[in-house]
Amino acid sequence: MTRARRPAIFESTLLRSLGLVVIVGLVLLLLTNQFSAYRNLQLASGAYYFCVLAGLTVLAGSSGQISLGHGAFMAVGAYTFALLNFNEAWSVFPALTAAVVAALLIGIPVGAAASRLRGPYLAGATLAFAVGLPALADKFPSLFGGENGLAINPPIPPTWLGSNFPLERWEAWIACAGALIVLFVLYNVTHSGIGRSWRAVRDDEIAAALAGLRVGRRQTLAFAISAACAGLGGGLLAAVTQLADPGSFPLQLSLTLLTGVVIGGLGSLVGAVWGAALLVLLPNWTNDLANSFSLSTNVSHNLPIAIYGIVLIVAMLVWPSGIQGGVRAIAHAVRPGTPSRTGQATEPAKDESAKDGPAKDGPAKDGPAKDGPAKDEGVKASQP
Amino acid sequence: MTKFIDLTLNGISTGAIYAAVALALVLIWRSTRIVNFAQGSMLMFTTFIASAIINSGGSYVEGFVVALASGFVLGAIVERVVVRPVENAPPLNAVILTLGLYTLIVALAGMIWGNIPRSFPAAFSLRGYTVGGTTLLFTPNDTFIVLVVIAVAAALAVLFRFTSVGLRMRGAAFAPEIARLLGVRVGRMLTLGWALAAMTGALAGVLVAPSVFIGPNSFDPLLIIGFVAAVLGGLDSPPGAVVGGLVLGLALSYVSGYEGSSLVPLAALVILVVVLMIRPTGLFSATKERRV
Repeated sequence: MTRARRPAIFESTLLRSLGLVVIVGLVLLLLTNQFSAYRNLQLASGAYYFCVLAGLTVLAGSSGQISLGHGAFMAVGAYTFALLNFNEAWSVFPALTAAVVAALLIGIPVGAAASRLRGPYLAGATLAFAVGLPALADKFPSLFGGENGLAINPPIPPTWLGSNFPLERWEAWIACAGALIVLFVLYNVTHSGIGRSWRAVRDDEIAAALAGLRVGRRQTLAFAISAACAGLGGGLLAAVTQLADPGSFPLQLSLTLLTGVVIGGLGSLVGAVWGAALLVLLPNWTNDLANSFSLSTNVSHNLPIAIYGIVLIVAMLVWPSGIQGGVRAIAHAVRPGTPSRTGQATEPAKDESAKDGPAKDGPAKDGPAKDGPAKDEGVKASQP
Repeated sequence: MTKFIDLTLNGISTGAIYAAVALALVLIWRSTRIVNFAQGSMLMFTTFIASAIINSGGSYVEGFVVALASGFVLGAIVERVVVRPVENAPPLNAVILTLGLYTLIVALAGMIWGNIPRSFPAAFSLRGYTVGGTTLLFTPNDTFIVLVVIAVAAALAVLFRFTSVGLRMRGAAFAPEIARLLGVRVGRMLTLGWALAAMTGALAGVLVAPSVFIGPNSFDPLLIIGFVAAVLGGLDSPPGAVVGGLVLGLALSYVSGYEGSSLVPLAALVILVVVLMIRPTGLFSATKERRV
């Protein structure tokens, strides 16, 4: 990860990430002041999706595990937030912290179990987790409110912001603050020794174990961190929508999250931004598009879903490494000298083909070993 | 005691259906290393076709045969057109692709047949057998379900084990390069694998349809439990799929009968986790080295 001859501020991951967070935070601050209430709500939902997607992309991209169950961790966060914020009258930020802790605590045993499983077996187990856990809400209706879920009071903007401060802007601020914290933490973690050990485990488990890494523990850690991010996302979702109910966390949510991660660009935090934007905007666009034609009810109700499906299929056929992979390929075509920035997002393609046994050793489309930009970086990295 | 017998018999008949779905997933996993999340919507679509035929005056047998045939064709088309390009891509891409396909097929069914669930006729009587004065919950239709699934599983076993096509399909799945060198049309075998799998799925759809109202999303739980059953048995093993389906069918029948149906998803999760913690690649997987 050494980069030759850069200004001092870029040498420190901590400073670099702080600068990034401050700049993004200022931009978001300006945007929220300009946005309408509706746009601010969209921004808020984009922000909580980002929290979950960022955690998931680190899990899938850096550590090489897949999870179809992150919707369940969102549910854990949302219910924890609702119970503490509404029933126990905790204020928003301690309740959100508790949501993160709760998801982390559940993520550790689930991650420990997950670290024993690979590929489709992991997918199956996490899928069952996503379906099974929300059933608890039905089982204990007195605590979790059953099918109706738990309603939450809207977060009240503090008085020093003025009495006319719009609620939606405050919600957007809370959600964006959460997203910035996730960005800061994950950026530092993935650029630290922990992140490198995850990539080592992902690329070659046996070599990593021989080098002294405790493979299972590394994977459990990745899973728990990613679960904590999902818990924060779920808590924010509950705060913004003022509701925690089983209907908000169907299996489709977990699958949509995975979709957002892969379409955005696996393993890259920027890809998580693309994914979050897509999850928020795509349903609106497809609805608008479907409503712009005059069609029978059956067709117009289902057209947005059909378009969504087609987008998924076409995206996977045309941009197998996601939007961020496509952007990077374009950037590379424009300026052939630029190395791919971190290499993270291009690597997962390789690990998955390598992980999966003899049948899959075909052309890994973006594998670093076969890819121009990644090779550049390898050469650069080996220079002192 | 009667309740226990009822739940056991009921578990066997639903387990047979889960086994058929699990078999469909296992066949596809074996041939192309892809978990086909679109299987649930594919079998929904073929069941709708059968329903349309029966509603427009066709007999049950006609609907049944057309469902299986359209499943076969649909599976082949899906493999050839959509799945082929991602067969060598990272597995997550294939997962997303089949999810997209699932979404698209659900939407298409909604466009064609509407989102309001409709009923589907059973092949045989839904009145339980009477043994010694007590009426069991097991019906002639359940007998039909179990026998058909056994027949299909046996036919697939014979196909794979004793025929030349089966040998070529196994070769294409497990050693594509060598099979190709020996003159096997690997691509064609993979297409055939998908077609057979989709046909098995279509069978499960028609069999389960009388007990659920058919709508674009009403077969989703079936796919989830079928997938859990396939993972339970070991994704590489067709016998494992059948055993996994039956085990889940029985276990979930007991849980739902004695503890209430809201616990069924949780029970499926617990069973799967317990089994996978002991055998991380399912009950019937051969122990083999994992390539890293």
